Amino acid sequence: MTAVTTGPASAAARRRTRSGRVNLVPTIILALGALYCVLPVLWIVIASTKTNDELFSTPPFKPSFNGGFVSNIEALFTYNDGIFARWALNSLIYAFGGAALSTVICGCAGYALGKYRFRGSIWTFRIIVAAVLLPQIMLAIPQFLMLAQVGLTNNYAAVILPQLVSPFAIYLCKIYSEASVSDDILEAARVDGGSEWRIFLAIGTRLIAPALVTVFLLQFIAIWNNFLLPFVMLNTDRLYPLTEGLYGLLIITGGQAAQYSIVIIGVLLSIIPLALLFLSLQRYWRVDLLSGGVKA
Amino acid sequence: MSAIEDQAGPRPRPGTLPPGVGPRRLPGGLAPAFRSRPRGRRRTLLPQFLLAPAVLLFLLFTVAPGVYAIYLSFLKPQIGGGLLGNENPKDVFAGLENYRATLADSEFWHSILRMLLVAGIGVPATIFFATLFALCLDAKRARLVGIARLAIFLPYAVPGVIASLLWGFIYLPATSPIGGDHIDYFGSGQVFFSVANVAVWGVLGFNMVVLYTTLRSLPRELFEAAEIDGASELQIALRIKLPLLAPTMTLVTVFSLIGALQLFNEPTTLKPIANAISSTWVPLMRVYTDAFVNNDIHRGAATSFLLIIMTVAATAVANLLLRRISRRSER
Repeated sequence: MTAVTTGPASAAARRRTRSGRVNLVPTIILALGALYCVLPVLWIVIASTKTNDELFSTPPFKPSFNGGFVSNIEALFTYNDGIFARWALNSLIYAFGGAALSTVICGCAGYALGKYRFRGSIWTFRIIVAAVLLPQIMLAIPQFLMLAQVGLTNNYAAVILPQLVSPFAIYLCKIYSEASVSDDILEAARVDGGSEWRIFLAIGTRLIAPALVTVFLLQFIAIWNNFLLPFVMLNTDRLYPLTEGLYGLLIITGGQAAQYSIVIIGVLLSIIPLALLFLSLQRYWRVDLLSGGVKA
Repeated sequence: MSAIEDQAGPRPRPGTLPPGVGPRRLPGGLAPAFRSRPRGRRRTLLPQFLLAPAVLLFLLFTVAPGVYAIYLSFLKPQIGGGLLGNENPKDVFAGLENYRATLADSEFWHSILRMLLVAGIGVPATIFFATLFALCLDAKRARLVGIARLAIFLPYAVPGVIASLLWGFIYLPATSPIGGDHIDYFGSGQVFFSVANVAVWGVLGFNMVVLYTTLRSLPRELFEAAEIDGASELQIALRIKLPLLAPTMTLVTVFSLIGALQLFNEPTTLKPIANAISSTWVPLMRVYTDAFVNNDIHRGAATSFLLIIMTVAATAVANLLLRRISRRSER
């Protein structure tokens, strides 16, 4: 099951021992691809070490060591009474809270649809999955209008609630429950007198754990990256997530190049947490579920 | 070749799901495992209880807004009342007026054209490079595999808005490390490539990994047999791996297309620094401008609904076309 997700290091080692000579063409293509993907990030790292004057006067890929990095960070964290830290905290609250709740809700729904048959279960599943085609982004405006009528906009709930149900996550949990929670185990547990509840909590949740981790990460990223929904729902900058905040910062500083270095350091600092999360969790999350699950 | 295809077709792919229980069909159908055994023999309300929160939230935040948007799209503010919605909440039935206004507006069609242009550049580039990199990762004796896979996947961890800001500085003449003072990356023609590039940069790695995992799950014996028969590495990649990859490529293309139709974050973020990008540059930006800048909720709702219809239709057509193509290439 986990054969595909072995770490890149072991995969590389396996290749190296087997290899006689290097296969040049694919290696060069991969190196170019890696450069294309990494260079912009590298540039932002280097640019963040420069003061505003150096940004326009020094060679683009030459880092500067005149204390620009520290003064940029100071400028960013003191900007508008340290609102950047608040944005970062908000992003974390939205993404972590939303992803955790969403995993519980979609995991429960997926398990119910995958392991039980009851009135309307098939149609419920079909309708929810069909919503994959409905661009969530286009629902943002009617969602705002409805929440505005009950006075629920411009708070944390307004950003988290609409993102809790993900058709794709429910689909993933359903097919994973079907595949990994065997009926024999369930039957055995029933014979032993376990209630459906206990069977679900003690056996079901454990067996579908890999799907739950994948759903959590996918939802975390989706919510962290979401721009339109908070853009529509919020109008207080103290509630903004990072994406909103930095965009606002660019608009404010758009006219004056003197502020670019603040935005640049902000961009860098908002890339780091998600990149770390990815690198540390990449052994646990199962991208193969995405391709394996939807194979025709 | 026919022997290869016989092997390839129905074989369960190792490493994806345990053999015999995985789903065989797309979301529309249901997996056969569903009917295999009478389940829930004891009366229990557990499944309904587990499903309830999801269904409730789905009704509240997907179905209801959808229905509400359709309802709004058939209304218009009563003429002669106050200016803002708060003063004059009275709306009157407008019939198809909002739809007619949107469809008759040439700027609406221009925004769709611009979106298609970005998609026309971005989607083929994404699929081409994602497939190329996946095949390279899978090639024998290729080096840098682990590092390249991580590096190419890295941008997926960068939010679209942040990626646009980052590329924005790279395009901007004052700060550009790639000759922005000689090339105008925000010129009226270049801007399409610039926007498409930001999008491709963000999704390339994800698509690559999906394609690569599919490749890894194909039976290895196939390639070894072809190698013994004297096929070169390139021939194996083009004649065997590529056709077997076709169904996943179809899927990835459809997802990329849906993503392209929802283009919003990148142009919106680049707008403050790029004069070529207007506030109605792509359809979704126009919906936003209608609803929040011009305070014309009804028109925005009508445009939204038109876009949803177009998206569903485009997805269906793309799915059909690509499925036919991939079936032909397998033959």
